[in-house]
Amino acid sequence: MKEFRILSPTGIVGYGFPEESFAAGVALKPDLIACDAGSTDPGPYYLGSGIPFTNDTAVKRDLTLMLKAACELHVPLIVGSAGGSGATPHLERDVRIVREIAREQKLSFKLAVISAEFEKDYLLEALRAGRIEKLGPAPEVTEEDILASTHIVAQMGIEPIMRALDDGAQVIICGRCYDPAAFAALPVWLGYDKALALHLGKILECAAICATPGSGSDCIMGYLGEDYFCVEPLNPERRCTPASVAAHTLYEKSNPTILPGPSGHLDLNECRFTAENERRVRVTGSRFVPERIPSVKLEGCRQAGFRTISICGNRDPIFISQVEDILNDLKKRTAANLSADFEYQLDFIVYGKNGVMGALETADRITSHEIGIVVDALADTQEHASAVCSVARSTLLHYGYPGRIATAGNLAFPFSPSDIKVGPVFVFSVYALLRDEDPASLFKRSYEMIGEE
Amino acid sequence: MKYCLKEVAAVIRSKNAGPYELTLDVMLKDRETFDRLKEADVINKKTIAALYHIPEEDVLSIIYFPNALAIKATIVRPLPSGAIGERDVYGAQQHAPLVNFTFEM
Repeated sequence: MKEFRILSPTGIVGYGFPEESFAAGVALKPDLIACDAGSTDPGPYYLGSGIPFTNDTAVKRDLTLMLKAACELHVPLIVGSAGGSGATPHLERDVRIVREIAREQKLSFKLAVISAEFEKDYLLEALRAGRIEKLGPAPEVTEEDILASTHIVAQMGIEPIMRALDDGAQVIICGRCYDPAAFAALPVWLGYDKALALHLGKILECAAICATPGSGSDCIMGYLGEDYFCVEPLNPERRCTPASVAAHTLYEKSNPTILPGPSGHLDLNECRFTAENERRVRVTGSRFVPERIPSVKLEGCRQAGFRTISICGNRDPIFISQVEDILNDLKKRTAANLSADFEYQLDFIVYGKNGVMGALETADRITSHEIGIVVDALADTQEHASAVCSVARSTLLHYGYPGRIATAGNLAFPFSPSDIKVGPVFVFSVYALLRDEDPASLFKRSYEMIGEE
Repeated sequence: MKYCLKEVAAVIRSKNAGPYELTLDVMLKDRETFDRLKEADVINKKTIAALYHIPEEDVLSIIYFPNALAIKATIVRPLPSGAIGERDVYGAQQHAPLVNFTFEM
């Protein structure tokens, strides 16, 4: 079996990569260029709002290099989780950029676009049929959660991408996608071992993070054989070691040896990581354990209201010593001064006290000479959120606490205006498994001949 | 003998593992220390619960991973990513209680 080469340019399309590293990868004649483009790390706003967390100009720069190389080498380019969150508006943004690049660079290819967004009616039916299951500490999904969501996506596995390959696609842009799937689909389609392909994909999807020094925005090459795979960074300043590659599966996973994904889990307990040379690591022994009924992970978000914040500071030792009591009382004063006929939430983030860790903070006293306060107001409309923030901020500014001697004002504002309208706020509303015997059928594919008039 | 975790660890970090879980990684500097920590059961559900002032059932798992000389603890996030009142969307600054963790071994 010929060794199959995969070039992974960067951790997320739009995070960038050095052109020298990429050229070094292209010179090695990869059989596939693949890249992940998304994550839930930046929180619920992006999926909920439909706005990509990656920048248009940066995405265009990265995709231009990838598309040109894929066309020159006549190899597929597969992108997973387009636009960051992989719902329809995110996918459309990336597809628009792909068309634009093809037009400007005079490239031609068969494009497949695979949607990962789900209709609410379909999900309600699946919920009633008992096909939606609770996942970890996330709450049980209800009909209300589905109805309230603005976007619900599922992470596709390799199956729908393999269907697009059946249909002759050369460039495949996927909606929300299990990160390794964009890397593993083509080699599995060609007959390579699924466990090794997925484990390799798991490492490649974060680009050079598995190297030392690590980087999520530098290129790496994967080599897949019949019963092993190897990884090697393309920047001569980095190298892969058995420890750096083994350690990679620790990153943002709850278990480094059992990695659940669509249709089954990877078991890495029997893996061996050995140094091929100073910079290249060989891995063997990855196993894939299929599920009885395949599943895909659902992610959905709903709007929780609008937010207005105010950022301010305090440098008074008498105020700081009482800050907890002051802020508790301030909530009551704000309610009294506002007489709101709407629901709202008012929170204070106090940097210097527990601003970073909140409920998990174990330090029991403030040792800083100054504190930062973020007034965080949330309500059903932007106007209402701004009203709450404004009244809380002005009440706090002139609040008379016991022993107060700085009577001109309690807060230092770094900015004018002091209040910032943050806009709509989203929260996760659906995080669960959807079971289906035929996971490929869940994701709609469409095709387009690009650049052939 | 008394040890402080930051003196024997090469990496101490935290990160979200999906929107509902937080995972803590400690990577030791050498195999001998890793083996001794494992043998002495220094990091377990009880110690993590005590360090973070959380109930033991909120510590979902403790895994010793010899390939990377690592110990991984996963806990329930007090609030899901981006929820109202949440403080650390990426969960990357929740490692501090481990840094000065001192223990007998």
